[in-house]
Amino acid sequence: MTDTLKDFSIDRRSALKCMAWAGTGVLWTLVGGVPRAFALDDAGAAAAMASGSSAFHFVQISDSHIGFNKLANPDTAKTLTQAVEKIKAMAVQPSLILHTGDITHLSKPEQFDTAAQILGGFSMPVHYVPGEHDTQDEGEGKLFLERYGKGTKGTGWYSFDDHGVHFVALINVLGFKPGSMTSLGADQLKWLADDLSAVSSSTPVVVFAHIPLWTIAESWGWGTEDAAQAMALLKRFGSVTVLNGHVHQVFQKVEGNISFYTARATAYPQPAPGTAPEPGPLTVPADQLGDYLGVRSIDTVTGTSKLSITDSKLSDKV
Amino acid sequence: MKTVVRIFLLGVLLLAVPAFAEDATPQVVIDKFAYAPTALTVAAGTKVTWVNKDDTPHTVVENNKKFRSAALDTGDSYSYTFTEPGTYHYFCTFHPKMVGTVTVTAKN
Repeated sequence: MTDTLKDFSIDRRSALKCMAWAGTGVLWTLVGGVPRAFALDDAGAAAAMASGSSAFHFVQISDSHIGFNKLANPDTAKTLTQAVEKIKAMAVQPSLILHTGDITHLSKPEQFDTAAQILGGFSMPVHYVPGEHDTQDEGEGKLFLERYGKGTKGTGWYSFDDHGVHFVALINVLGFKPGSMTSLGADQLKWLADDLSAVSSSTPVVVFAHIPLWTIAESWGWGTEDAAQAMALLKRFGSVTVLNGHVHQVFQKVEGNISFYTARATAYPQPAPGTAPEPGPLTVPADQLGDYLGVRSIDTVTGTSKLSITDSKLSDKV
Repeated sequence: MKTVVRIFLLGVLLLAVPAFAEDATPQVVIDKFAYAPTALTVAAGTKVTWVNKDDTPHTVVENNKKFRSAALDTGDSYSYTFTEPGTYHYFCTFHPKMVGTVTVTAKN
């Protein structure tokens, strides 16, 4: 069983307002926050779009914690492998995959190696951000950056465009100050302002980072101290989707045009705030573990003006 | 007979106490996302050991990185010998809400 969390619709006027840029023979339009391509005929009119031909589909996975072997999940390599198999079995293959951090449990080279072996078989690009479990090596993130940091800025942040969507990868696992939540830091916020200044407000933006960019549980460190400054920069965009990991369960929040989602882990569940004195691995009966782990699909709904986010459990039948 | 036992026990204690004092390093137990004791006072030259009893990894990192443990998995420990008197604040780089202090006094 899958649970579709939220559908976003956009009225016709907004859709027209968002109609983007006519390039060389292709017209991109934004439908429900996701661009669609129309071939232009000789007169410059948009030809009818072939049904489903331009649907954009990508996947988020998170918190694989390779190296964790306690009671809550003695074999995190196995559950990550199951998540990979689930993605490979998808009827419509994703254009890209986002991994929102905590690839490893203890930032050890052999844990990065195992993760790379399991995640190395995809034909589509996989874009990573580190979790705080990936930056505990002596070089404070050096191992992660050696492997995944090519072309990144600062401590590893970057952006890219795919299918007309602007993706922004933020790092919020290196700004830890004693006694407070994590932060993005002034340097990264300045870069974000510069990066977004070149992007039109009608471009859909997907922001991904490990720790939630909104406060879920302050005392557990489930939030980012200066996230509001990043959100202020994102306010002018018509469609912003923020994807995070860290909390090993699904939370969502909508604030204006910005939708926030946290994802399930592929490793182990954690308690919901208020249900336990502290966070940490939650042990559930072994035969139910797959109900607490999962992958997330983000895609267009063919023939409608909707962007849909679907979280499926590892235990779901494909 | 009783006196003999008492003298024997006293002897054991006299022998045991110095040996114990040399081996003992003050220990900070990391449990349920907290350092216990949170504040510790030791004399300069003392080695302090932190032991993680949680099933989540933690670290022990001085605020200005004067000392820094690796990620401590369950059962792992980390030791640091404090040579200079002063107050040392430290925290966990996984869970920065976890903080502790070691106060180092001048050697007796």
